[in-house]
Amino acid sequence: MNKPVNPNNPLTLKERMQLDRQPMPECPAAERAHSFTEVNQGYDPQLANCEAMRCLSCAKPTCVVGCPVGVKVKDFIDLILAGDYLGAAAKIREDNVLPAITGRVCPQEDQCEGGCVVGRKKESIGIGNLERFVADYEQRTGAVGLPERAPRTGKRVAIIGSGPAGLSCAGDLVQRGHEVRVFEALHELGGVLAYGIPEFRLPRAVLHQELRNLEAMGVEFETNVVVGRTVTIDDLLGNEGYHAIFVATGAGLPQFMKIPGEDLNGVYSANEFLTRVNLMRAYRHPDYDQPVYDCRDQEVAVVGGGNTALDAARTALRMGARTVNLIYRRSAAEMPARKEEVRHAVDEGIHIMHLTNPVAYLGDERVRSVRAVKMALGEPDESGRRRPMPVEGSEFEVPASIVIVAVGTTANPLVQATTPGLATTKRNYIVADPKTLRTSREGVFAGGDIVTGGATVILAMGAGRKAAQSVHEWLTTGVWQMDPPAQITSTPAV
Amino acid sequence: MFPIVAAQELAKDIKRLTLFAPRIARRHQPGQFVIVRVHEHGERIPLTIADSDRESGHITIIVQTAGKTTALLNMLEPGDCLLDVVGPLGKPSEIERYGNAVVIGGGVGTAIAYPTARALHAADNHVTAIVGARTRDLLILESEMRAATDELLVMTDDGSYGEKGFVTDALRRLMAERRLDYVLAIGPVPMMKAVAEVTRPQAIHTFVSLNAIMVDGTGMCGGCRVSVNEGSQFACVDGPEFDAHRVDFDVLSRRNRQYRSLEAESMAAFHADPTPDLELMRAAGQLTREIGPHPARMRSVAR
Repeated sequence: MNKPVNPNNPLTLKERMQLDRQPMPECPAAERAHSFTEVNQGYDPQLANCEAMRCLSCAKPTCVVGCPVGVKVKDFIDLILAGDYLGAAAKIREDNVLPAITGRVCPQEDQCEGGCVVGRKKESIGIGNLERFVADYEQRTGAVGLPERAPRTGKRVAIIGSGPAGLSCAGDLVQRGHEVRVFEALHELGGVLAYGIPEFRLPRAVLHQELRNLEAMGVEFETNVVVGRTVTIDDLLGNEGYHAIFVATGAGLPQFMKIPGEDLNGVYSANEFLTRVNLMRAYRHPDYDQPVYDCRDQEVAVVGGGNTALDAARTALRMGARTVNLIYRRSAAEMPARKEEVRHAVDEGIHIMHLTNPVAYLGDERVRSVRAVKMALGEPDESGRRRPMPVEGSEFEVPASIVIVAVGTTANPLVQATTPGLATTKRNYIVADPKTLRTSREGVFAGGDIVTGGATVILAMGAGRKAAQSVHEWLTTGVWQMDPPAQITSTPAV
Repeated sequence: MFPIVAAQELAKDIKRLTLFAPRIARRHQPGQFVIVRVHEHGERIPLTIADSDRESGHITIIVQTAGKTTALLNMLEPGDCLLDVVGPLGKPSEIERYGNAVVIGGGVGTAIAYPTARALHAADNHVTAIVGARTRDLLILESEMRAATDELLVMTDDGSYGEKGFVTDALRRLMAERRLDYVLAIGPVPMMKAVAEVTRPQAIHTFVSLNAIMVDGTGMCGGCRVSVNEGSQFACVDGPEFDAHRVDFDVLSRRNRQYRSLEAESMAAFHADPTPDLELMRAAGQLTREIGPHPARMRSVAR
């Protein structure tokens, strides 16, 4: 306990435990609330070193267990301590092909950092911050730490969707020597990373650099291809000669609450609002052509309590909204959004209305207000959370000329509807074996939100890794068996 | 990038562009559309596929100047490239052997109705086409439509060609003459609404193709949601064709007005000086020839 155990770290375990976590430098709230500048500014090498020195180099690292893609945390932190930042990057990329992104958007408190031993007595190691530091260092210096690629196998894999699941699977499969092509329906790559998560949490340059890194590793991309319309799974397995397919189309279909007034002008799904702003740059109209309602001096209401709702609210604020009310039907404790994001939003001036639920949107041509009702928490429901119940006679109106609905998304049925024999659930999610991600169609795998429903970036990446492992097994053994055979619930053909 | 291989002016401010897009040509069926983004700063707009050829990999779109993006598209010539074209999107038209079918095209809607009219004819329907335009100069695809159908009735608002009157006048006359089994109407919202009211009393199977505002065109944003049967449907994936008697056309008109002032602002800026857009395209290698600002044509463009 008294001797240094790591040649790169002069401190004893006891000394390490006395160090406090290095806080993430942030752009001040007053400044950032009106610009799309990134909120978190990142560690410099000195901060990164100080933070890395806190790691206890556990013999059985529990942080790795908490990481959905199994990043070798202890190993990469050791490389940081040795000053080998590019080596650290390559070490991370063996398991995670998007470190600059996951370092920013993962809910680390529930994952790697949640398992950190130091966290039992003090604040856990800033693993996400360190991961991000390593990836940003590469970007700053222009050098890239890429893992080695296995000899080519001649096998071809098509990946449907360029979101986190698709990209992670693509990265793993090229490393194993397969030929990989990613098909994307939109004109830009990244899925939710491109159209959903705003610039102030994930700068576009960071996404583009990670995409270039994947290209450098040998991944091919084709945009403007809607699988199910432009080409079908059967075309890809037939004429186009792919040996395996990974379906990672996400859960991109926005849900509405089916309450009166949802079709009023000025009522958006969060997907539409964020797509207009993030993907189409509508905040720079007319320099960019896509329009979006002018938020300047407007009262904006956002419905929902997840990360998407917070992203939409903070985006509207940055576009000049006078007030932004976030309407959430449960209490603060149940909010699914990351704690850090909630804190950032409140600091910036977002007003959160807990235990409140919209019942109608009012207006003539354009929405004018939200009629909402107060809620009280009742008995726990199937999800284990206490069920919100409307309080009778508590209706009131919240003024709003722009409303953004962020109450969740569901599966887009295009691939399923055009792939005969592909089993789906009643709600149109694809049925896949939880261990192997094999579907009811030979050679077709599925993972990420299209199987699980809306989840997090890193869980989708975990599914992508698992799919890569399983696709690799299929390509090398050629054995396909499903146990038990998946129940086919729908086989519509278009 | 998607090269323009042919361009033909059909009428004032209406152009037929043939694009090389082999994946789309291979899968296109009548009633489907593409989403186009002209250049790096461009918006995504939906345009119906008016024709396609699997062999050559060509698709045809017909563009009428209605705002900035369509005005820019109408300046392009063979050899120029569009940055993004995605499709074919939407459900294909339901082609069956209905019997007596009427296909109604109003203005540039004629171009959208044309592939479905041809497919209905090929499926052994007796197809009557009614095409309407404000004036003779705006009439398009007359000979193509005539060749693809059994009879063609031309209506102009001012009587400068064909018969004076609205497409609904011709439709009423047909309904008095014979039993109609199917009507498809494509054109401005007031025209489609009027057709729906004409056929409603006799419960004639009537379809319309809805021109809602779209962004992605794949069902992920719901911007194109339309009110059908008092419920919400997404025109890009559930349509664009719907049962005309179940559509709330007033909601469609209202939603289509959402960005009117911003659209006018874009158009005015482009009208005053189209060079930033052309330079953006040139820098990306989308323009291969010298192109001037076409002052005469620009002046004629108005919303």
